[in-house]
Amino acid sequence: MTTEHNTQPVIEAANLDLTFQTNDGPVHALKDVNLTIDKGDFVSFIGPSGCGKTTFLRCIAALETPTGGTLSVNGMTPDEARRKRAYGYVFQAAGLYPWRTIAKNIKLPLEIMGYSKAEQDERVSKVLELVDLAGFGGKFPWQLSGGMQQRASIARALAFDADILLMDEPFGALDEIVRDHLNEQLLHLWDRTNKTIGFVTHSIPEAVYLSTKIVVMSPRPGRITDVIESPLPRERPLDIRDSKEFIEIAHRVRDGLRAGHSYDD
Amino acid sequence: MRSFLPVLTVLAVIVGLWYLAVGPMNIRVSLDQAERAGQVVTPEGSRVRQETSVWILMAKNPGQIALGYDLERPRLPTPVQVGQELWKTTGEMAMRGRAMSKRSLIYHGWITLQSTLWGFVLGTALGILGAVAIVYSRVMDMSLMPWAIISQTIPIVALAPMIIVLSSQLGIEGRGVPKAIISAYLCYFPVLVGMVKGLRSPAISQLDLLQTYNATGLQAFLKLRLPSSVPYLFTSLKVGIAAALVGTIVGELPTGAISGLGARILIGDQFGTPLSIWAALLAAAILAGILVTVLDVLQRVTLKRMGMSA
Repeated sequence: MTTEHNTQPVIEAANLDLTFQTNDGPVHALKDVNLTIDKGDFVSFIGPSGCGKTTFLRCIAALETPTGGTLSVNGMTPDEARRKRAYGYVFQAAGLYPWRTIAKNIKLPLEIMGYSKAEQDERVSKVLELVDLAGFGGKFPWQLSGGMQQRASIARALAFDADILLMDEPFGALDEIVRDHLNEQLLHLWDRTNKTIGFVTHSIPEAVYLSTKIVVMSPRPGRITDVIESPLPRERPLDIRDSKEFIEIAHRVRDGLRAGHSYDD
Repeated sequence: MRSFLPVLTVLAVIVGLWYLAVGPMNIRVSLDQAERAGQVVTPEGSRVRQETSVWILMAKNPGQIALGYDLERPRLPTPVQVGQELWKTTGEMAMRGRAMSKRSLIYHGWITLQSTLWGFVLGTALGILGAVAIVYSRVMDMSLMPWAIISQTIPIVALAPMIIVLSSQLGIEGRGVPKAIISAYLCYFPVLVGMVKGLRSPAISQLDLLQTYNATGLQAFLKLRLPSSVPYLFTSLKVGIAAALVGTIVGELPTGAISGLGARILIGDQFGTPLSIWAALLAAAILAGILVTVLDVLQRVTLKRMGMSA
């Protein structure tokens, strides 16, 4: 690995602003956001609703257009990066097509991107393996549990092997136990693929457990109030959550959330 | 199959009401007939009875009510009479190998069915194309949709003769084409409305997902919008085919057609043979039932195979 390659940030936001014009006047979804994400980072965005965490993720994905500042993804504009299929995006709802089998659902981006039949099959079996769903390719979405469906949707985002994985509260609708399990699997996956992950959540333990970098945000206007570099090792068993370091980081996140919280004024 | 009993119950109620209605509806004819046969009825004279209400007539002549249930030319035939007439003009003729005779309802039903299917195909195609245009173009959405709605407020009975005249002016022979156009005119609307809804049914996040793949508009249409619209399409098709049948029958009514179920209804009216009107009506209802059922079965099979059955 050359050091130069390593220092090139994957995502870089400088003075980013996004203001929505609504009937009730302008809404500052993002204000003066500055953030650098390096290759291989696992970055969580945490904050109360309305803090702009999802909006920021959508800006990276070029699903929203900032109204000010600069944002680059892989050294390009977000829209260029989108056209180059630089990232895979996972939504809160699995959003699998009910008329396609799991394998066919994972093939969807591959079909759109024009991969050959043979390569499609090869990639599908590879990512099914990655998310621990080997053997479920022939099933329809309704035959799978919610957690399995979400894993399938992660596999779909991984299928075309983009370097960046953007996840918008992917486990938000799942219960605690399934969520723990998926978090563990996600870390494994990140470790094996060395992808750069942007992860939106509103669960403090989830953010601390997963991330190398935790971005604490607060609403009105949506802004970053704290960026915490996690000292936890890459290898993280579930019981790391009982360690002193873990509890300290969680504490700092909670403090950051409280500081930026405008509910109690 | 669970819906079988409720459907049968409703049917039984309808038949019951029908039987009850036959008495008052036919009492005048029964009394006229009885009087001519030399029986004593009160009051005497058809003219006088015209001014008496049917309820009084029934109360004064209870013995003659039963006659109304077995008249040759009843005002309102009994369900059994209609059934017999229907059998006489369909099954019985088919067994004698004369299914396609001009007196057979199978022949007339076939004529009507052909136009209905052409109209259905034409109307469905127009409806789907219109829906695609509306969903993909804001201009079309604002210009086409109001006209589509206005088009359905024009009484088809008024429009049908004009379509026939116009098409003959254009040198189109026969009634098949204008009938199909009339039928399509009624059929396209439910398909259009249903397909607009269906093509717009994918969630925003679904469309965003395709955006992240940098999918083209055509890919989004073929892979997401079109499959998503299938349940809506089938529901509209069921309404559409029934509308197409009504359109064809209306197209046969005021236009001097001599074949088709609509023509049978009109001719039955002109020649004072209510039985043949009712038989044609029932035949049309059965035809509609079959067409809708076929689509319903297709819908179930398709949605099941697509993993979308409710």
